[in-house]
Amino acid sequence: MIEIDSINKWYGDFQVLKNCSLRVEKGEVVVVCGPSGSGKSTLIKCVNGLEPVDSGRITVNGMVVTDPSTRLPKVRAQIGMVFQHFELFPHKTALENLMLTQIKVLRRSRHEAERKAHQLLERVGLADQADKYPNALSGGQQQRVAIARALAMDPVAMLFDEPTSALDPEMISEVLDVMVELAREGMTMIVVTHEMGFARKVAQRVVFMDGGMIQEIAPTPVFFESPSSERAKLFLSKILSH
Amino acid sequence: MRFDYQVIIDALPFLLDGLLLSFYLTAIAMVGGLALGTLLALMRTSGKLPLVWFAKLYVNFFRSLPLILVIFWFYFLVPLAIGRPVGSLYSALIAFTLFEAAYYSEIMRAGLNSVSRGQINAGLALGLTWRQNMQYVALPQAIRAMLPVLVTQAIILFQDTSLVYVVALRDFMTASSIVAVREGRLIELYLFAAVVYFIICFAGSMFVRSLQRRMVR
Amino acid sequence: MNYNWNWGILFQEPYFGWLLSGLLWTVLVASAAWVIAFLLGILIGILRTVENRWLRFIATAYVELFRNVPLLLQLFIWYFVVPELLPQEVGRWVKRDLPNPEYWSAVICLGTYTAARVAEQVRSGINSLSRDLVNAGLSLGMTPAQNYLSVRLPIAFRIVVPPLTSEFLTIFKNSSLALTIGVLELTAQSRQIENYTFQGFEAFTAATILYLIITMIVVLIMTVVDRRVRIPGFLEGRHR
Repeated sequence: MIEIDSINKWYGDFQVLKNCSLRVEKGEVVVVCGPSGSGKSTLIKCVNGLEPVDSGRITVNGMVVTDPSTRLPKVRAQIGMVFQHFELFPHKTALENLMLTQIKVLRRSRHEAERKAHQLLERVGLADQADKYPNALSGGQQQRVAIARALAMDPVAMLFDEPTSALDPEMISEVLDVMVELAREGMTMIVVTHEMGFARKVAQRVVFMDGGMIQEIAPTPVFFESPSSERAKLFLSKILSH
Repeated sequence: MRFDYQVIIDALPFLLDGLLLSFYLTAIAMVGGLALGTLLALMRTSGKLPLVWFAKLYVNFFRSLPLILVIFWFYFLVPLAIGRPVGSLYSALIAFTLFEAAYYSEIMRAGLNSVSRGQINAGLALGLTWRQNMQYVALPQAIRAMLPVLVTQAIILFQDTSLVYVVALRDFMTASSIVAVREGRLIELYLFAAVVYFIICFAGSMFVRSLQRRMVR
Repeated sequence: MNYNWNWGILFQEPYFGWLLSGLLWTVLVASAAWVIAFLLGILIGILRTVENRWLRFIATAYVELFRNVPLLLQLFIWYFVVPELLPQEVGRWVKRDLPNPEYWSAVICLGTYTAARVAEQVRSGINSLSRDLVNAGLSLGMTPAQNYLSVRLPIAFRIVVPPLTSEFLTIFKNSSLALTIGVLELTAQSRQIENYTFQGFEAFTAATILYLIITMIVVLIMTVVDRRVRIPGFLEGRHR
């Protein structure tokens, strides 16, 4: 479904991604973790072409993202993305946030878009918040709307960029619950997160990144039992110690 | 039509005198405006109602008026108040100082507001008086934050000094215009003046940008 | 201080009429210039944020050029120099047949000058949106143009309404420069009354009060606009 083949990326003199490769199968859930600044966020933004790569090749569902002649909007419409700070459109209500690109990009009718939007808000448990503006919602609610917004485009895969790290602790589980449900329904997902509980529960594999390199790709149980790289061990001991 | 360089070269000493007057006006108005503006900003943030109201009224009053009108006001008022003609330089300086003070006070206020409540509280918690807190904690931080805006305002002020044209003070703008009309060479003189102003002001705004870049770090 | 007060003079003809016509010209210059400033300023502000380097360069050059030359000098250039540099036919038409050439020079000058300032506000409004908010629109499959129209501009516009109020006020104040090329706007008329009657106090007071009223009306209008376009809950928490 998603193939990342030895990509490299520089910011000026600084190399953010070093020869990264990863294959994600249809229906698979992969968690990407690693210390801050390790390039994990940049990596998933390359998958839908938000960050251009300097070399290497990425394909999603048969479309070559890294080919300059590929129409990126068309690719992106099929890949959902969820951001750290939700990034709902502040000038639109929750419902309108779900409707906007269904109408503009997928050319669905207003009626159809609205029906779909209501259905998805219901699914993430926010049917009663449809007419509120994002700033009137809590962080957890905003993130659930953002997930619903991405789902409204009927994506073939979903990318999550630290979806819970901007949330107050008591709101994290409401977002993770939605994501777990999504994973169990068979959505292909790449999730950048430090929520190791979530990884244990639904991820088939864990990717550990450090210094712009993929240090380790391991099946989830293996990663937690006996990570092969020293850095992964160190990282795990730091984040699991309390 | 030929571009006549000679007329500019011949007029250079006269134009240079004008440029010096422009700088002089800018410098005096900046120092005066900054001093008065700081005072107004301190009044505005003092929390004492009559002072707050006075500062608010002053700033909003001057910010509602065109600079030219203010220049005319003082050109007319100053000799009347003193009882004899004093020349347009002094009335222009007074007009600029009082006018600019309104703008500098807003810059100062924004700068003071940029110092976080936590910093102010920290100073007070350490036992500083209001005055000491302003002097040692708030103002130094505020001035650092304001530096780019202050330079930008100086560039605007430098351009604004060209308005003394309306009271026939011979700044760079007026000097250029005098030569332009006298020699019948409007195109040459006005374009030359524009280039000179542009170089000075553009250099100023590049300086502002480098200040901002240094502050980000 | 020796001064003979005569407030009644303001309400005598022709002086009362002078003030009214001055006020009218101030409004005419400022509002026509604002139309140019607003439209051109938005266009240039957008161009300053696009990907294309050349478009960005042109927009930046425009802003720097108009920001770094005094407005008065720009006015003289529009009025005295530009007609000479136009193709002969056009230049002749401008000089001979265009009615009120000083009015149009003032309007174009103020409009193009203020456009540079409006452009800076628009640019900083667009750029104040976070990188990921822009990414959010793109990640949903919008083209960059759609993302501008549906997301970036509507939000940026709501952010720049307050700073635009101050630009709108500035254009009224700056319209007074038009007196140097012979537009008899408000400041010019008050000066003229002073010259004719030596009642400077009364004349300048009248002009001052009229400018204060203009300011209040503009602030009132923009407050209504601001309230109309405000995003509930948005902006209130920003910049703090």
